[in-house]
Amino acid sequence: MSVKLPIYLDNNSTTRTDPRVVEVMLPYFTEKFGNSASRNHPFGWAAEEAVETARDQLAAAIGASGKEIIFTSGATESNNLALKGVAAMYKKKGNHLITTATEHKCVLDTSKRLERDGFSVTYLPVDKFGRVSADQIRDAMTDKTILVSVMFANNEIGTMQPVADIGKLCKEKGVLFHTDAVQAVGKVPVDVEAMGIDLLSFTAHKMYGPKGIGALYVRKKNPRVRLEPIIDGGGHERGMRSGTLPVPLIAGFGAAAEISRLAMPEESKYVYGLRERLRDGIMSQLPETYVNGHPTERLPGNANISFAYVEGEGLMMGIKDVAVSSGSACTSASLEPSYVLRALGVGDELAHSSIRFGLGRFNTVEEVDFTVDLIVREVRRLREMSPLYEMAQDGVDLKSIAWSGH
Amino acid sequence: MPYSEKILEHYNNPRNVGGFSQSDATVGTGLVGAPECGDVMRLQIKVNADTGLIEDARFKTFGCGSAIASSSLATEWLKGKTLDEALAIKNTSIVEELALPPVKVHCSVLAEDAIKAAIKNYHEKQGVTAGVEAEVAVASH
Repeated sequence: MSVKLPIYLDNNSTTRTDPRVVEVMLPYFTEKFGNSASRNHPFGWAAEEAVETARDQLAAAIGASGKEIIFTSGATESNNLALKGVAAMYKKKGNHLITTATEHKCVLDTSKRLERDGFSVTYLPVDKFGRVSADQIRDAMTDKTILVSVMFANNEIGTMQPVADIGKLCKEKGVLFHTDAVQAVGKVPVDVEAMGIDLLSFTAHKMYGPKGIGALYVRKKNPRVRLEPIIDGGGHERGMRSGTLPVPLIAGFGAAAEISRLAMPEESKYVYGLRERLRDGIMSQLPETYVNGHPTERLPGNANISFAYVEGEGLMMGIKDVAVSSGSACTSASLEPSYVLRALGVGDELAHSSIRFGLGRFNTVEEVDFTVDLIVREVRRLREMSPLYEMAQDGVDLKSIAWSGH
Repeated sequence: MPYSEKILEHYNNPRNVGGFSQSDATVGTGLVGAPECGDVMRLQIKVNADTGLIEDARFKTFGCGSAIASSSLATEWLKGKTLDEALAIKNTSIVEELALPPVKVHCSVLAEDAIKAAIKNYHEKQGVTAGVEAEVAVASH
């Protein structure tokens, strides 16, 4: 069977909207176009019904109740609302937050802003696999700590944090616990009750739903979490997030969550199988390749691999029929390699040589096999073109050279 | 943003990949960049002692496609030039020829640096720099 090019292996970045999700959305653009806040006519009622159905579907995906779901524009807004909302609401109680060095930029940059506004934030270092421990968090807590924010699974390296341990600690200490679960919901089991989570951010487009819609789970009891809104207006979403609800997107988000929840037992095995086929296919043929992140505590679909002596973006050009992402500086505007890989202690040289593969629902074995062959061929070609590879083959210690830099 | 056809062409069919023996007195080697910066270029010239012309050039590059294309192009341009003509090659010409986007201009700068370093290394081997504080090229360590 021939594969259709280009192949999409960047599912940690975004996912294709499932055609079944699109079907659910379509009527809400046309015949059911009402505003869900219109309480006095059938157009509004139809819209409201769709929103409430979706709310329940989302709640079911994370073990919550529908009333605890606040719709937002996406996970960036959810993370902003969680951190800023808690900080503003609980500032009389304390001014200290704890997070980790490998959070998504929207958590780190929000934390930086809170610091400028007088809050104090601890950024915990991670181990070589990208994990923090509940003990590290316990040690960082003070009587001023009001929030712990630790991501469920990392977007670059796929490492999953010991969320249940952290939740248990936070309960014991009476500190609120927020997790950015964008990469996890719909992929691995998430249960806000069993894991002691008080606030949880997630988004539709990482789970085969549409872009532009996200949610924040806000616990209603034990404890009842309160938030200062960052968007004021008509008092939608229990006053925490005003703005007319995008009903088609919400209906799609709900359907995507429902499909993912039901498919997860089988799908996670399937995607994991593809991931391992890819990883093993590459690593069994190419020496000096390294997996970044945790060997087992990681998302089933994520493989982040460094190819020594080959620069990541250079490799991406060679495999341009396969869409992936790289920790190389050259792929970002900053010219700095991935801060996540740096936080793991991966050297800049190997960070520049990293490729992130994100396998998903719509990938096939044929696509994986095609990718393995292409990667192996291109890495070999580029290594033959690499002065570093030649020097290493000649036994030169690359660290002994006084590089000029630039 | 898509890459220019010229970058892709050099990337897919790089010219003059390889190297010359560094112990050859007619060879000058420039090794510039650093692995932790994501770019290393090794550019070598072979100079005809009688004519003073660069008769051959080789490169190996660790870097992105634009870095590979810049060094490939540089080796093409070097062949048949005098050392003075080679020193006059500017990174801006490489930017123009390959249509490098602004974020890739540093790749052309690195190629210009590599040319200069190779010529300097050749001069040093010829003893031309006698009396000058010898900044030994990285590759000769």
